[in-house]
Amino acid sequence: MTQPIFAYISHKNGTADDSAFELIVAAKKIDPAAAVTAVVCGAGAELDAVCSTMAAVYPDVWKVSNPALAYPNAEVLRGVLVSILPAGAITLAPHDTFGMDLSPGLSIKLNAAFVPDVVGIEGIDGANLKTIRQEFGGQVSTHVLCDISAGAVLNVRSGCFLSDDSKASGSVTDKSGQAGDCKAKRRFLEVVAAEVGDVDITKSDVLVSVGRGIEDQENIGIAQELADTIGAVVSCSRPIVDAKWLEKARQVGTSGKTVKPKVYIALGISGSFQHLGGIKGNPFMVAINKNPKAPIFQVADIGIVTDLLEFVPELTDKIKEMK
Amino acid sequence: MEILVCVKRVPDTAENEIVVNSKGTDIERGDLVYSVNEWDNYAVEEAIQIRDNAGGSVTVVTVGDGDAEEILRREMAMGADKGILLSDDAFNGSDGKGIAAILKAEIAKGQYDLILTGAQADDGAAQVGGMLAAMLDMPYASLVNKIEIVSDKVIKIGREIEGGNQEMSEIDLPCVLSIQTGINEPRYVGIRGIRKVASVEIPVHGAGDLGIAAGSVGAAGARVKRVDYFVPPMGEGAEMLEGSTDEIAEKLIELLKSKGGIK
Ligand SMILES: Cc1cc2nc3c(=O)[nH]c(=O)nc-3n(C[C@H](O)[C@H](O)[C@H](O)COP(=O)(O)OP(=O)(O)OC[C@H]3O[C@@H](n4cnc5c(N)ncnc54)[C@H](O)[C@@H]3O)c2cc1C
Repeated sequence: MTQPIFAYISHKNGTADDSAFELIVAAKKIDPAAAVTAVVCGAGAELDAVCSTMAAVYPDVWKVSNPALAYPNAEVLRGVLVSILPAGAITLAPHDTFGMDLSPGLSIKLNAAFVPDVVGIEGIDGANLKTIRQEFGGQVSTHVLCDISAGAVLNVRSGCFLSDDSKASGSVTDKSGQAGDCKAKRRFLEVVAAEVGDVDITKSDVLVSVGRGIEDQENIGIAQELADTIGAVVSCSRPIVDAKWLEKARQVGTSGKTVKPKVYIALGISGSFQHLGGIKGNPFMVAINKNPKAPIFQVADIGIVTDLLEFVPELTDKIKEMK
Repeated sequence: MEILVCVKRVPDTAENEIVVNSKGTDIERGDLVYSVNEWDNYAVEEAIQIRDNAGGSVTVVTVGDGDAEEILRREMAMGADKGILLSDDAFNGSDGKGIAAILKAEIAKGQYDLILTGAQADDGAAQVGGMLAAMLDMPYASLVNKIEIVSDKVIKIGREIEGGNQEMSEIDLPCVLSIQTGINEPRYVGIRGIRKVASVEIPVHGAGDLGIAAGSVGAAGARVKRVDYFVPPMGEGAEMLEGSTDEIAEKLIELLKSKGGIK
């Protein structure tokens, strides 16, 4: 393969995102011999700081500096990338809220194929790149062939290509002159911080976390009673917040809180990557789920296949008896 | 405000265990319960609320086979004014870009101020909205969890970003937005509501009606192809506790105690 590979580098306050160190690993899986270039867009001293960090990891760094890039606006950045990337490029971006905003449209404007949420890369097979994705909330996986002959854009899931301590003494090339007018029909105003709740789930060592398997708002009492009995706090997955059964501050996951408990008890949670993305520090995890194939059983330490609505009250009673 | 909402009929993962068939060519579809993609329901609800406040109409559209009509009716029972089914054998096997191209062809026949999709569907791809916007040269925002109508030229939107923070922007109309769950509380649809729209005519448009060249969409036009379904080897996996409820509970209590899970 002779196509160059580019990695879009997300960064904030002068620090590169974890994905920046993972995309180079993904790039090497596509082609160990490929020339991989980090594309870093932004403004000011923060941009320079990120460029020098990236030059220690990537053999080439392209820097695009413009005051309009101080906050990452996907529409503006799409224009920048379309004007600087060569035809046939393979572009990697993180599958996060920015990559989801940028990449589908970028692939159209580059006339390149698009593979979202890539979790594995098996390599080149003729004109095709063979990748692995998941469907149905991680219940099944699929091999996906992507015709890369006219280029491709890949959104890569965080945590799937662990940083390999790649070292480089790369050079930084300033591409700011090719950035274009940086105008957009969508204009950034401000970031509103997530609401603060009554309870800080990040402070608790033990979490009893409820998912859609709790089935009804009234049943949350079952989880609360277990939590009260063992000295834990109740947290939850996203659908519980969407249904307004618990407040947003109790949500664990990429769009909620990041927690680091010692013990995590998941009740009726399937184990989507967005949920698991909020659990750090490798806690002792117990999963109670009626579906023996639920993906959460692949990451939990202890699994129990049962109806939580019957099992959890019995468990709570037993603990109370012992006390 | 003329609003179009793109929706998809998907297996309901809350109701089904998804199992790969013996050849690995598909999932077992025999006993699946289908419903509207979770995200799309929020998009339709949002569209209805905007119409009720600002006037205009809501059209729901889907690319699918004859069975997909049922979800259009469901969304019409929620309050959408009109449904359109885009259906043709030539559409089978389309990749994300193919689906976006089919939708684009339909959109080009109308006049819409606002086009909504769900943020993602059963394949977790989150791609059709962004592709569609780029094809239409309209501005786009993904993961939208707030919409405020400012005028007939511009609206204010919130995007849900990491940590549940909200990124506020202004966006020119017409635009395409992908809607995140939690933006509203989708209304309940009863059997009676569905019965009311049971005989409303739903136009079906095929490749010919839309002026789509054979081979540009469907399997022939797809550059991204799913080749199989599989369940990855379990790896270490969890230690599964088995036995009577009493035995399991006792074992679990021992374990929790040793890990500091019971205070
Ligand atoms: C951009 C984005 C950000 C997101 N951020 C987050 C986030 O921060 N946090 C988050 O959690 N999700 C997030 N999600 C949503 C995520 O993709 C999943 O939809 C969600 O995590 C699923 O929640 P769940 O496991 O509770 O529900 P489901 O996936 O529906 O799982 C319910 C589980 O309960 C089991 N069950 C049902 N009944 C019972 C019973 N009686 N007893 C035992 N088990 C039972 C079922 O077998 C199933 O496994 C995000 C999605 C997107 C697109």
